[in-house]
Formats: sequence, C-alpha cells, structure tokens
Amino acid sequence: MASGTVTSSEYIAHHLTNLTFGNHPVNGLSFAHSAQEAAEMGFWAINVDTMFWSIALGLAFVWFFRKVAKSATSDVPGGAQNFVETIIEFVDDNVKSIFHYKNALIAPLALTIFVWIFLMNTMDLVPVDWIPFLAAEMGIHFMKVVPTTDVNATMGMALSVFALILYYSIKQKGLGGFLAELSFQPLGKWLLPFNLFLEVVGLLAKPVSLALRLFGNMYAGEMIFILIALLPFWAQWILSVPWAIFHILVITLQAFIFMVLTIVYLAMAHEDH
Amino acid sequence: MNINLTIIGQAIAFFIFVVFCMKYVWPPLTSALAERKKKIADGLDAAERAERDLKLAQEKATDNLRESKEQAAAIIEQANKRANQIVDEAKEQAREEANRVKAAAEAEIEQEINQAKEALRAQVAALALAGAEKILEASVDEKAHAQLVEKLAAEL
Repeated sequence: MASGTVTSSEYIAHHLTNLTFGNHPVNGLSFAHSAQEAAEMGFWAINVDTMFWSIALGLAFVWFFRKVAKSATSDVPGGAQNFVETIIEFVDDNVKSIFHYKNALIAPLALTIFVWIFLMNTMDLVPVDWIPFLAAEMGIHFMKVVPTTDVNATMGMALSVFALILYYSIKQKGLGGFLAELSFQPLGKWLLPFNLFLEVVGLLAKPVSLALRLFGNMYAGEMIFILIALLPFWAQWILSVPWAIFHILVITLQAFIFMVLTIVYLAMAHEDH
Repeated sequence: MNINLTIIGQAIAFFIFVVFCMKYVWPPLTSALAERKKKIADGLDAAERAERDLKLAQEKATDNLRESKEQAAAIIEQANKRANQIVDEAKEQAREEANRVKAAAEAEIEQEINQAKEALRAQVAALALAGAEKILEASVDEKAHAQLVEKLAAEL
C-alpha cells in the first residue's frame, strides 16, 4: 500500500512506530508525532496501541473463558466447552509434567500466558495495512496492532514472571537460602564472587531471554509481512500466504515456549538445592 | 523502540488477567473436568458391576433350569413307575376276576353234569323197564314185578 508520496523506508518506519502518549519536553502532554518525539518523551510515556490491543485481547480471552467456565458442565460438553477444555487440559498436562509442587497459581498463570500471548501474536496474521488504514481514517497516525512486537509488552510480562521467580525463590528457601543458592553454586564457597556473578547473570538472563525471544520472533515476523506488503498488490500473495501459514506455527510456538519457560523457571524457583 | 510506562501497564494488565483467570476461570473448568472424570469412572464401575450381576443372574438361571429339569425328570420317572404299578395291579385284578369267573363256570358245569346224570339215570330206569317189558312181553305182570322193577331202577 505504499503510495507514491511515501518511500519504502518511511512506510516501514511508520508501521514499526507505536502510538505513544506522553509528556513531550516541547509539545507537553500529547501523542508523539514521530519515533523521535516518542523517544524524547522518555520513560513516562505509554504506547496506547499496545495497551489497547493487549487489554482488548486479554478481555476477549477472560470473557470467553469465563463464559464457558460459568456454564461448564460435567455432562456432555458443548462445542465451546470442548474447545476450552482442550486448551485447559493441554496447559494442565504441561504444568503437571514440569511443575511438581502444590501451587494454585501456576496453572492459571500458564493458561493466561499461553492464550493471551497466542491472541496477541495472532494479530500478526491480520493483513498489515488493514487496521493502521482504518486508524488513519479515524485520525490516528500510528497503530501497531501486534502488542508482542512491542518490547515493552513482552518485557512487562517477563518482568512479572521474574517477580514471581524472586517471590517464590525467597518464599520457598528463605532469603538466606536464596542468597546461598546464588553464592555457593556451582563452584563452592571459595569462589563466591565468581559464583555470585555467574548466578546473577543466569537469573537476569531469564526475563531478558523470555522477553526478547518473543519480541524478536514477532518483530521479525511482522517486519517480513511489512516487506512483503511493499510488493505490488498482485504479487504479495505469493510470499505472504506461505509466510502467514508458516507464521501460524511461529505464533503458537512462541506462546507455548513462553508458557513452558515460565513453568520451568517457577519450578526451579521452588526447587531446593 | 523505547522502554516506557507501557512495561508497567502491561505488567498490571497481566497481573489482573492472571488473578481473574485463577479465581473465575480455572477452578470451575478443572472441577468440571474432574467431576466428569469421576462420572466416567463411576459409569465404568457400574457397567462392570452390572456385568458381574448379569453373570451371576445367568449362572443362577442356569442352575434353576438344571434343577427344574432334574425335578421334571424325577416326576416323569415317578409317574412312569406309578403307571406301571397301576397296570400291574389291573393285570392282577383281571387275573383274579378271570379265575373267579372260571371257578363259577366250572361249578355250574359240575352242577349241570350232575343234573344230567340224574335225568339220565331216571330215563335209563324207564328204558331198562321198557326193554325188559319188551323182552318178557306180557309175562311181566306189572303188579307182580313192580317190586323188582323198582329195585332195578334204584340200582341204576
């Protein structure tokens, strides 16, 4: 949909810029008009499109699942319940095979992660110009519809998981136990600084890898869709259709990986060495 | 690609969704699943029990049938025996009756013979008298010889 007045690089940059609202040093409280302005707003700005789509999809998830849960019956299940039960059992099986402790939070957490991330990833399959075009018609200049292509979204979730890792590590082993685990492994107490460095890096790598893996995959996928969209409209399907089909695998896989790694990390947090 | 407040907003949204899911989505669905699992297990149990019951009932029915057959056989045997007995009794009775009838007939015959003998004897006396009369022709005086004739008749 690259029109004559927009260059390819401008088109790509436009598609990769969030709708950011914040306090600009010059313009005051406003929507950023460019990526540069958004950067100038610093930390105290919010990506409205990311928040809107992620919350909308999250609400869709909890609304649908709640609706099914309310009418859940142990008799013959209907279509929707069947579908939801399949997902629940899939998640439950994964949790049970990885996480062997008693914790009522893990399974619902895993379910939320899996379905929510899957839904956010699925926005990637909506043709890249549809929603931004509608938004532009409504006067909204930037509109990035895939929340997981925003590192803030993935990092927000990864940091939440990280907080849970820290919380359960301390809760299960006590602060001393947790610190001892960081200090005396893997090389014994005589190499404490080295151990500490190694373990802290390993610990911090968990949320970072969690966030960046999802972000990187979705960002790259989105980027390729945008590049394909630069082709003449009659040729796009040659690439976009195979890529979209392949992407169905990617979005599911990334949601699954995020979920499984979360379970693994929390199981490790419960483990006593 | 700026890190900004979105990170916190996303974390809050995440937290809310997880808590909602934990409170209102997960428990009813898993309890429904567990309940169904239990129902199925119960159903399978009941089916097994019913199968066992059926087997028992079949065995009982077979036993009953066998018993009834035995009883029937015994009854038939008894009946046969009784029938034979009745036939034997009847035969015995018939034989006795026949003997009795035969004895009566024999007695009657005996009586008739005696009667005939008596009649014959009377007739022989008369014949002898007539024969003697013919032989002696008139010479025999009836009056004179009556004593003799009567003596002769008595001897016969």
